[in-house]
Amino acid sequence: MNGPVSIEVLKQHLIDPEICIRCNTCEETCPIDAITHDDNNYVVRADVCNGCMACVSPCPTGAIDNWRTVLRAEAYSIDEQFTWDVLPAQGTTADDALRAGQAEGGVGAQAAAEPAGIEVDTVRGSTVPPWSAAKPYVNLYTHKAPLRATVVGNYRLTEAATESDIHHIVLDFGTTPFPVLEGQSLGILPPGTAPDGRAHHARQYSIASPRDGERKGYNNISLTVKRVTQDYQGKRVDGVCSNYLCDLKKGDTVEVIGPFGNTFLMPNHADSHLLMICTGTGSAPMRAMTEYRRRRRLKGATGKLMLFFGARTQEELPYFGPLLNLPKDFIDTNFAFSRTPGQPKRYVQDVMRERAADVAQLLRDDSTYIYVCGLKGMEDGVLQALQAIADQHGLAWETLWPKLKRDGRLHLETY
Amino acid sequence: MSSINYSEKIPNNVNLADDRTLQRALEQWQPNFLSWWGDMGPEGSHGYDVYLRTAVSVDAGGWAHFDHVKMPDYRWGIFLTPGQEDRKIHFGEHKGEAAWQEVPGEHRANLRRIIVTQGDTEPASVEQQRHLGLTAPSMYDLRNLFQVNVEEGRHLWAMVYLLHRYFGRDGREEAEALLERRSGDADNPRILGAFNEKTPDWLSFYMFTYFTDRDGKFQLSALAESGFDPLARTTKFMLTEEAHHMFVGESGVSRVIQRTAQVMNELKTDDVSKIRAAGVIDLATIQRYINFHYSVTIDLFGADQSSNAATFYNSGLKGRYEEGKRDDDHQLNGQMYRLLDVQDGKLVEREVPMLNAMNEVLRDDYIKDSVAGVGRWNKVLEKAGIDVRLTVPHKAFNRQIGTFAGVRVAPDGRVISEAEWQANQAKWLPTPEDRAYVASLMGRVMEPGKFANWIAPPAMGINRQPVDFEYVRFN
Ligand SMILES: Cc1cc2nc3c(=O)[nH]c(=O)nc-3n(C[C@H](O)[C@H](O)[C@H](O)COP(=O)(O)OP(=O)(O)OC[C@H]3O[C@@H](n4cnc5c(N)ncnc54)[C@H](O)[C@@H]3O)c2cc1C
Ligand code: SF4
Ligand code: SF4
Repeated sequence: MNGPVSIEVLKQHLIDPEICIRCNTCEETCPIDAITHDDNNYVVRADVCNGCMACVSPCPTGAIDNWRTVLRAEAYSIDEQFTWDVLPAQGTTADDALRAGQAEGGVGAQAAAEPAGIEVDTVRGSTVPPWSAAKPYVNLYTHKAPLRATVVGNYRLTEAATESDIHHIVLDFGTTPFPVLEGQSLGILPPGTAPDGRAHHARQYSIASPRDGERKGYNNISLTVKRVTQDYQGKRVDGVCSNYLCDLKKGDTVEVIGPFGNTFLMPNHADSHLLMICTGTGSAPMRAMTEYRRRRRLKGATGKLMLFFGARTQEELPYFGPLLNLPKDFIDTNFAFSRTPGQPKRYVQDVMRERAADVAQLLRDDSTYIYVCGLKGMEDGVLQALQAIADQHGLAWETLWPKLKRDGRLHLETY
Repeated sequence: MSSINYSEKIPNNVNLADDRTLQRALEQWQPNFLSWWGDMGPEGSHGYDVYLRTAVSVDAGGWAHFDHVKMPDYRWGIFLTPGQEDRKIHFGEHKGEAAWQEVPGEHRANLRRIIVTQGDTEPASVEQQRHLGLTAPSMYDLRNLFQVNVEEGRHLWAMVYLLHRYFGRDGREEAEALLERRSGDADNPRILGAFNEKTPDWLSFYMFTYFTDRDGKFQLSALAESGFDPLARTTKFMLTEEAHHMFVGESGVSRVIQRTAQVMNELKTDDVSKIRAAGVIDLATIQRYINFHYSVTIDLFGADQSSNAATFYNSGLKGRYEEGKRDDDHQLNGQMYRLLDVQDGKLVEREVPMLNAMNEVLRDDYIKDSVAGVGRWNKVLEKAGIDVRLTVPHKAFNRQIGTFAGVRVAPDGRVISEAEWQANQAKWLPTPEDRAYVASLMGRVMEPGKFANWIAPPAMGINRQPVDFEYVRFN
């Protein structure tokens, strides 16, 4: 049976201390400062690295290209990595967890079958863009030479009475180019320094506006930023960058790097369908794609849009109003609220199962492209729902999944 | 097949096309460069397709572009890391002022001298290495040699661009002269001593790329801090390429040690004659090569006390290594630095104003970095269960420049008599017999995936290619 696989596996990026010559190239290259060093070793911060691979080809030794599957909660800390003389072998914990998943026919099955057992996170989704995607620009601005953007709008999206404070922030680039595509993200350099005295590392945010601007014909973009007031365990902490962003005023300036992302991109051919699944601020790229399609709604275009959108309550769902205003024949929108008083909890995967017949219809079509974005924890549930729906409808997930990945049709971005 | 833009004669990110005069000047310099490359570049290699990394732009996606290229078609381009808006000079007496985009008149002569000295080392190492291709221990190593060579060529281009663009007529003349001097030539030698030494064999080459290219790293890092922004940006980009050169050295020596250790374990011996008979290089010889290359290279940092170095720092031309990461006042007035000196036949420490000791400051940073890498070589021995440990000699050993020129110092730092020196020199520095033995091992191994007997294969191939990849195609 498809038992839940509630493990959070991370493909952790590590540097081989036996091969690395401590040349600093990777630290110079990494666009979001995920790499640091002490007198002994160069190391990668697991909570910052997003696997963009920008550091891999510039590394002269290949030491940088090492990955280990670990449970997220057990990721090697940088202090631990500083003491290493050799890389640890692939640990067994995550492998065991994956094997358990395999025994249950869960989503870990494929990953555990990989010979080296180290391809997990990225193998779940495509590492190539859709064939008809436009070619993105990446890393035009780096933390050494960031771009200054001006805040031209900052609105709260969620009801004032709710705990969840999500902002829609519009940044203008004046006459400096910052070409983006829907699905890409950028980095923000928050001012000030971290406790270790170094500048804060950059935080990434998905772009919520389409390629021709938040306002069409303007050189601006928008972001959907959730104020972080507690960590993943629910402990009270004020997130450095999200609080900084949510408190910006019109006219303030921010340092931006990027753009990033060259696979989570939308297909451009008119008959392609988008199956979009998101929670919270994971809606940002979906908004960008939807808006792009809305602006160019062509007569006769057969591409369908189907959206599954989860939040705790309707009041905490960003873009709720605007979404409702979109015509039903343009987008098929499905909400899932987990904390509506007096109602049972519903997650996106539950609503997907309710709409199984229509989802299956899309899965059957080679022109369907799937996008998943939001909190890391949603990934397992969504993949399991897709698997269940496919299998029920005679579309062997075991063969469909690798095909989706290979064809650039399954894109996951969770944080 | 290849996506390098071959249409551009001189690939660049400095808007060369907008400056017709400069473009023409460089286009005139280019044939002279190519003819120098033809004469002095890697011997007999011009027809091969080599798996080279070419910089096609400076962003992460563009500067490491891999493809099979014939070396004379390599795109020697002009690349500067992107400028930083409002960059400020961050050390010396101009601290806080805007970085210079043009050469300030009063620093013109000094800047030109710095750039020419740096520029002169680049073609020099190509000349020093030109015969090595004939005895490469593998196709993989041959490719690495060629990669180092073309990048030294590109670094020459980078310096020549600065000379042409910012120094008018004398800049152009200096750029010509860079192609006229020759490494080791009695009449017109390269500027710095170490660049006139021979690189006769591959062990020397690895030592050179480990020790001497690391000098390059530290000099470039110091220049990357410069208040003269075009120099800072140029050297910053060069540093990413220099990393590969040091890699060739570090992993090269490491593989030699690994192979020797393996044979020692197989034969269960540390008898030099048996080890040599098995066709690998004994650890004592490796130690002597280290002693030689290390001491010759630390001389490259110049005299321990230098008023020139003080001027370079004070006037914002050349900073310290990682200047931006240090938390002092970046002016150093009144600060002192401890230097070594000789008194009554003993080494003693002596305080001098830090500004006058800038060469020594850079040398000490270099030493720390070099020693760390030797520690990594020792890990190879440790892992093989052999108790020998390699070390770098004392910094006063075998010096020709500065306080210790002419003073005899043993590798352990004892000041010794001329007689003791003569009696032990052969223990400490490579002898003609050592060199002859190493030379006897050099023979060409060109089958993909095959390696000469005296060196272990690398842990992984270049750009994640397999070790037996066809790195060089002999057409
Ligand atoms: C590719 C990508 C796209 C992203 N897109 C968006 C986006 O469109 N909108 C958006 O708001 N965020 C997005 N993020 C997340 C964002 O980059 C930051 O992680 C987030 O804003 C928190 O940063 P902070 O500086 O406020 O918190 P920090 O100071 O970095 O962290 C404070 C504490 O909170 C925890 N924490 C971090 N993020 C969260 C979270 N989301 N929920 C709960 N706890 C958290 C941390 O582990 C830490 O313990 C994206 C991340 C990635 C990798
Ligand atoms: S993969 Fe990307 S984010 Fe991770 S360390 Fe490398 S450059 Fe930085
Ligand atoms: S670029 Fe590679 S060799 Fe250089 S420090 Fe980083 S991991 Fe080490």
